[in-house]
Amino acid sequence: MVEVTFAKAFHRHVDCPVMSVPGGTVGEVLGGYFEQRPQVRSYVLDDAGAVRKHVAVFANDDLITDRTSLTDAVADGDRIHVFQALSGG
Amino acid sequence: MGTTALIGTRKGLFAVDLDAGSISEPAFLGARVTNAVRDPRDGAWYASLDHGHFGVHLHRSDDDGATWQEIAAPEYPPKPPGVSNLNPMSQQEVVWATQLAWVIEPGHADEPGVLWCGTIPGGLFRSGDRGESWELVESLWNVPAREKWFGGGYDDAGIHSICIDPRAPGRLLVGLSCGGAWRTTDGGATWQIAASGMRSNFVPPDREYDPDTQDPHMIVRCGASPDVLWTQNHCGIFKSVDNGDAWTEITDAGPSTFGFTVAVHPDDADTAWFVPAIGDEVRVPVDGRLVVTRTRDGGETFDVLTDGLPTGVSYDLVYRHGLDIDDTGERLVMGSTTGNLWWTRNGGDEWELMSANLPPIASVRFL
Repeated sequence: MVEVTFAKAFHRHVDCPVMSVPGGTVGEVLGGYFEQRPQVRSYVLDDAGAVRKHVAVFANDDLITDRTSLTDAVADGDRIHVFQALSGG
Repeated sequence: MGTTALIGTRKGLFAVDLDAGSISEPAFLGARVTNAVRDPRDGAWYASLDHGHFGVHLHRSDDDGATWQEIAAPEYPPKPPGVSNLNPMSQQEVVWATQLAWVIEPGHADEPGVLWCGTIPGGLFRSGDRGESWELVESLWNVPAREKWFGGGYDDAGIHSICIDPRAPGRLLVGLSCGGAWRTTDGGATWQIAASGMRSNFVPPDREYDPDTQDPHMIVRCGASPDVLWTQNHCGIFKSVDNGDAWTEITDAGPSTFGFTVAVHPDDADTAWFVPAIGDEVRVPVDGRLVVTRTRDGGETFDVLTDGLPTGVSYDLVYRHGLDIDDTGERLVMGSTTGNLWWTRNGGDEWELMSANLPPIASVRFL
């Protein structure tokens, strides 16, 4: 299982609790999360299923590299963090 | 509740009781509310939010704003493999994704539950179930002329005006920046360009009258005379008396013919209001003095209305959805980018300042 956590900025707009979801890629895990919480999907992904421009997705401590198809691999015990890709200002 | 209006602002949605002078607690505090409207058929309120980083989201309230429920947002189908869709101005690929749900318009009175939504990058969406789901109107999205559309104020084209024809369901006209106006009489199965006579001054001279690239900022229809349409265009004021077959330019309208918004009297097609600004290069009131202009003779002459509006310098700009008129034709409400909200009970002869301290206002609609 992979633990999915959303930053505080998301919680203002949509109910997105921490959940553990199975899957071998970021796309599979997030897809599983969105199946249970369909309203969260469009806050993270655009119409084409790519990560929104100002959203950052980390697998453990690393930014994912495939923001279009979400093919970055994850394994049991990993964590996915979803942040707002902005700071300051 | 007296005369009430929904005010969509840069920092939330407010319901304002104009008679009582009271402003509700904000809904969606901190979020940009692009557009908000009450559906007269079932009383539902709809709000379109632009969360910027987190995309476009729509909400509905079935209890006069006490609670809100998120509903579906318009979503584009995948761009087919191999299809190139260049914005002619930027030469960038148009991404098939909703950038803005610019306007939500309840459908015809005989089609309860039908909603229309105009979006950037130029798609019109239809819902048949009160916003639970949306479908791109592909017949309009696929018109060959779309390859000429480009953005006006935004990078890509957008639909901001949806003029329902009260004579029958399935008849509507939409306004596009920059893509002219398009009309259907068969429920959206087919579309005809309806912008002949509009003029652009930001393209080469031989393309000035190309209907496919006109920039109407806002188009409104007279309910009692549905063939009459008015538009505040980027390059002037135009009127049509034949449901958009032809547009006639009004060249003299008080301080300026530039602006963003227009309202038409629901029963008198010759009466319309505008809020002029200097021009596209300087988008502030002429001489730093906010005024409203009104014609009562179809555009032959204009009154310049100032009573109750700022007497000192004012740099308020009123956006395309920042002016609305109610069913009586006497009450108008107007909100500005400076966060000022005015209304009038007598067709603009006298304006009352409702608030000078709202966030920048994007849209106003009477309930």
